[in-house]
Amino acid sequence: MALDSGKPKFKYIGTRPNRPDGLDKVTGRARYGADISAPGMLHGAILRSPHAHAKILKIDASKALALKGVKAVVTRADFADGLSGEDWNIQENCMAGEKALYDGHAVAAVAATSALIARDAIKLIDVDYEPLPHVTDVDAAMAEGAPVIRDGAADYSVPEGLHPNVVRYFESGRGDLDEGFAKADLVLKRHYTTEAAHQGYIEPHACLAQLGADGKGELWCCTQGHWYVRQMCAAALGLEVSQLKVTPSEIGGGFGGKTTVFIDPVALALSRKAGGKPVKLVMSRSEVLRATGPTASASMDIKMGMTKDGKITAASGTYRMQGGAFPGAPVDETTVLAFANYNIEHVHHVGYDVMSNRPKQAAYRAPGAPMAAFGTESIIDEMATQLGLDPLEIRLKNAVKEGVRATYGPKFPAVGLIETLEAAQSHDNYAVPLGPNQGRGVASGFWLNWGGDTSASVAISEDGTVAVTVGTPDIGGSRASMALMAAEAFGIPYENVRVHIGDTASLGINEPTHGSRATYASGLAVIQSAKECIQKLSKRAAEAWGIDPDAVIWEDGFARPSGPNAGEFEPMSIAEIAGNMSSSGGPISGHFEASPETYGGSFGTHVVDVEVDPETGRTTVLRYLVVQDAGKAIHPSYVEGQFQGGAAQGIGWALNEEYIYGEDGRLQNPIFLDYRVPVASDLPMIDTVIVEVPNPGHPYGVRGVGETGITPPLPAIANAIAAATGVRFTKLPLTPPRVLAGIKAAKNA
Amino acid sequence: MKYHKPKTFEEAAQIAAGSNGVTRFLAGGTDVLVQLRSDVVTPDDLIDIKGIDGTKAITKRGDGGWDLGVAVSGAEMMEHAELKRDWPGLVEGMDLIGSTQVQGRATLVGNLCNGSPAADSVPGMIAAGCTVSITGASGTRNVPVEEIPVGPGRTALTKGDVISAVHIPPRGARGGDAYLRFIPRTEMDIAVVGCAVNLRLDGDEISEARVVLGAVAPTVVLVEDAAKAIIGTALDDGALDALGATATAACNPIDDKRGTIEFRRDVAAVLAKRAAKIAYSRAKGGQQ
Repeated sequence: MALDSGKPKFKYIGTRPNRPDGLDKVTGRARYGADISAPGMLHGAILRSPHAHAKILKIDASKALALKGVKAVVTRADFADGLSGEDWNIQENCMAGEKALYDGHAVAAVAATSALIARDAIKLIDVDYEPLPHVTDVDAAMAEGAPVIRDGAADYSVPEGLHPNVVRYFESGRGDLDEGFAKADLVLKRHYTTEAAHQGYIEPHACLAQLGADGKGELWCCTQGHWYVRQMCAAALGLEVSQLKVTPSEIGGGFGGKTTVFIDPVALALSRKAGGKPVKLVMSRSEVLRATGPTASASMDIKMGMTKDGKITAASGTYRMQGGAFPGAPVDETTVLAFANYNIEHVHHVGYDVMSNRPKQAAYRAPGAPMAAFGTESIIDEMATQLGLDPLEIRLKNAVKEGVRATYGPKFPAVGLIETLEAAQSHDNYAVPLGPNQGRGVASGFWLNWGGDTSASVAISEDGTVAVTVGTPDIGGSRASMALMAAEAFGIPYENVRVHIGDTASLGINEPTHGSRATYASGLAVIQSAKECIQKLSKRAAEAWGIDPDAVIWEDGFARPSGPNAGEFEPMSIAEIAGNMSSSGGPISGHFEASPETYGGSFGTHVVDVEVDPETGRTTVLRYLVVQDAGKAIHPSYVEGQFQGGAAQGIGWALNEEYIYGEDGRLQNPIFLDYRVPVASDLPMIDTVIVEVPNPGHPYGVRGVGETGITPPLPAIANAIAAATGVRFTKLPLTPPRVLAGIKAAKNA
Repeated sequence: MKYHKPKTFEEAAQIAAGSNGVTRFLAGGTDVLVQLRSDVVTPDDLIDIKGIDGTKAITKRGDGGWDLGVAVSGAEMMEHAELKRDWPGLVEGMDLIGSTQVQGRATLVGNLCNGSPAADSVPGMIAAGCTVSITGASGTRNVPVEEIPVGPGRTALTKGDVISAVHIPPRGARGGDAYLRFIPRTEMDIAVVGCAVNLRLDGDEISEARVVLGAVAPTVVLVEDAAKAIIGTALDDGALDALGATATAACNPIDDKRGTIEFRRDVAAVLAKRAAKIAYSRAKGGQQ
C-alpha cells in the first residue's frame, strides 16, 4: 500500500478535534477492567509465594474451602496439561507448578461471594515450601555456581559451556572490528547497567470471566490485545479458541505490559470450578509490581572507536539481560537496535537472554531499545566531550539516511534521523544559556515499528454515517486517528464516523495495540476498507444513473460523474446512496484482512537541560525537547502526547525507578511510594517538534510514534547530568544517593 | 472488628482499656484505613474519635499559643492564615504529607501516633516545643511531643491512652521556624531526611533554638548539640558548619531502599543549614 503521492494535501488529517472517547473518560462513564460486573458474580483472590525460589511440596486448601462463601479454589492441577514453549511459560507464570520462581508468583486462587471473603480465604491455604537458593542479578545469574532456575530451558542458539540460566544467545555484525578500531583516534570501553523498570500503568489488571463445563466462555478484560488473550487463555485451559469470546474494556495504560495475561486464565479456571459463575479478579498495585512484567535489566559492555573529527570507525557491544524466571528478555531487539542510528562499517553485537528469580518480563515501550541507547548514546557523548565536538554535529556526521545499509542488515528506506537532528539544532532550547550546576544532554533513538495481523471493518449506516470497527484497543487516542483517516477517505465530517473496538467474535484475528502499529496498521486497514466502501457506493450511483462504474468518481462525500462524457447527473451524497441501500443491492461495507509489512521506523532526538544540587545529588529537569519523525501526524495532539509520555517514562527510568531486591530475593518496593515514577510536578512541560518524513508504505505516510520516545531519555538525562556535574555515570537509575556519592568521589579523587 | 464512636475522650480511653485485642484510634484514617486494607493491621476495636466535641477546633489561647483538636486536617491548618503566620515551619511540615485528597483528612496526631521516624509533621512540632494532652485511665496529662515516639512504629502511649489535644506554644517576638525534607521527587513521597529548626533572635544573635532531625534514626531526634552550635551566633559560616557537623553526628541511620547511611548523614547537615537560614530569615521578619 504505497503512499498516495509525495506529500498529499489533507482536509481532516492533521487537525485536532476532540477525541470521541473523551467525554466518557472525563465523566467517569467509560468502563475499565474493574468496572465490569455480572449478576451472581464471585470475587477472586490469588495466593502468592513469599519466597524468591522454592519447591512447592504440598497445598492444603481444606480450611479455605470450609470458609462460608468460598465457592472454588484452584491450583495448577486445574489447568491444561502438556503445554510447551511460550504457552507453557505463560501458564506457569499465571500459576506455579512444581516451584515458585519469584517473590509474588501465584500458587493458588480462591473465588468467593465477596472480595473480603476471598482475601481471608487465601490466608487459610497452607502451602509447604522448600526454599531454594535464589538469584536476582543478571551477572550473578550467569556466573558459575548460580542457582539454576530451570534446567533445559535454553534453546538451540546457546553455545556450550554457558550457565543453564543463559537461555538464548544472539550474535551479529559485519566488517572487521580490529581494522575499524585501528583507524580510530580514540577508542573507549565502558560498562553500563540499567535496572528493571515497570510500565507503571495506572489501571491494575482486572477482568471478569465466565467459563462453563461445556468449554464455552466469555471474558471481559483490560488488555492491549484481546485475540492474544483469547489464544493464551484457550491454551492455558485447554479450550477451543473460538469457544472463548474476549471483549476489551477501556484501558488505563498498558505500554506493552498488557499484551500478555497474568490473571485472566486464573479467573476462567475459578469460574469453571465454581460451576460457571462469573468471577471478577482485580490486582492490587503490589500484585502488579510483584507479579506482572517489568522490563528486563541490563549489564552491557560497549566499545567504540572514533576519528578525531567524530567519525565512528567501529563499535561493539555485549548485552546481558535478565527477563525474570522465563526466556524472553528483549536482547534480540537490543542487539538489532544498538548502533542502528549510525552508519558504521565495522560492528559486532553479542546478546545473552538470562533467567533469574524475578517476575517474567513483559514488553515495555520499545522493548530492549532504551538499554541499547543508554550504552551507545552515553559512549558517543563521552567521546564527543573528550574530542571537543558538538553532540548533535557528531550524530549528524554518522547518521543513517535512505539507502544506507543498517547495522542490522537491510537498507534504510526514507527515514528522518537527520531531520530530527537538524530540527533539534535549530530549536530555541538548544541555545538557552545554562547556569551553574546545569547541564545539557542530547541523545537520539530509534524504533523499527511493526505491522502484524490486522483486520478491520467499515460499515455504512442508513443515514450515510460510518461505523468503523477495529481490533486494536484505543490506548493513546487511536479512535480519533481512525475517525480522521476514515473521514479523509470518505470526505465526510469527522463527527459522522464512530469508531468501535470489536470483540474477538466480530473480526478476524488482530495483533494487540503494540509495536507502534495501531495508527499505521489499523489505520491502513480502515483506509482500505473505506476505499472498498467507496467503490461500492460509486457502483450504486453508476447503476442509478445507468452509466459505467468506472465513469464515477468519489469526491468530498459525493459520487460524481467523472466528466462530461460520463453524462450530466446531480452528484449523489453518501447519505442519499445509503438511504437507498436496501432497495439498491443491500448492505454496504468494506473489510481489510492482512499483515501489512510496509511499516516505517521512527527516529527521535531529545535535548534536555538539568540542574543537579551539588549538596544532595538531586536532579531537576529544567526543560525537555522531543523531536521525532511521525511520517504524518494524523492527530497532532495525540502524537505530541505520545512523545511526551515516552519522555516522561524515560525520565523516570533514568532518575528514580528501579526494582530493589533484598538479600532474601523479595521485592522491597512494591508500592508507588517506593517505586518512584515521576509525579506531574517533577516534570517541566515537555516541548515537542513533529518532523514529517512520510512513510512510503502508508497511504497517508503514517509511521508509528508510540515507542521511539522512551528510547533517548535514559542517555539524554545521563549526558545532561554528566555535563552538569563533570561526573560520568554508567549505572541507572541516577538516584540522589548515587549522584551525590559520584560527586563526592570525584572531588576526593 | 468492632467500630466504636465515643462522645468523650474518657469514653474512648475506657473502650481502649477494655479491649482484648488490637486497638486503633480513627481520626483522619489516612494511616489506619490504608493499613487495614493492605492487611498490615486488622484492629479488633476501631475507635472513631472525630465525633468528639472540639476535635475539629483551632483555638488561639490567651497566652498567644494555640490548641488544636485531634481531627484538624492538614488542609485546615494550611488555610488558617494566623496559625500559618505564627508557625510556618510546623504548618508546612504537615502540608508536605500526601496529596490534596490526603490533606483533607490527615492529622498531626495521626502522623505522630503512626510512629514513623520519617513523619513530616513531627520534627516541626518538637522544634516548636509542642505538647499533647493524653487522656488515660488516671485522667489527663500533658506530655512534650518528643517523649511520644520510642521506635519505628512505636510510641510511649500505653493501653487506654488517647491523645486528646495538641498545644502549640505562643510564637512570641522575633521567632521563626522552618521544616525541610529531602525526597527524590517533588511531592507524594516520604522523607529520606527531614529537619526542623525553630529559633528566636536577640538583635542579630540567636538566643534560643531547637533543631530536630527526622528519618535519620529510629525516632525523630531533638539535637541539642545542633542548637548549641548556633545559639549565640548570627548564623555565620562557622556556625553553619558547626550546625552541619552536629546534625551529621546526631544521625544514626540505616541503609535502605530510600537512602544510604552516608547520604542521610550528608544531607542532614545540608538540610539543617538550609532550614536554619530560612528560620533565621523568618525571625527577622522575612517572608521566605
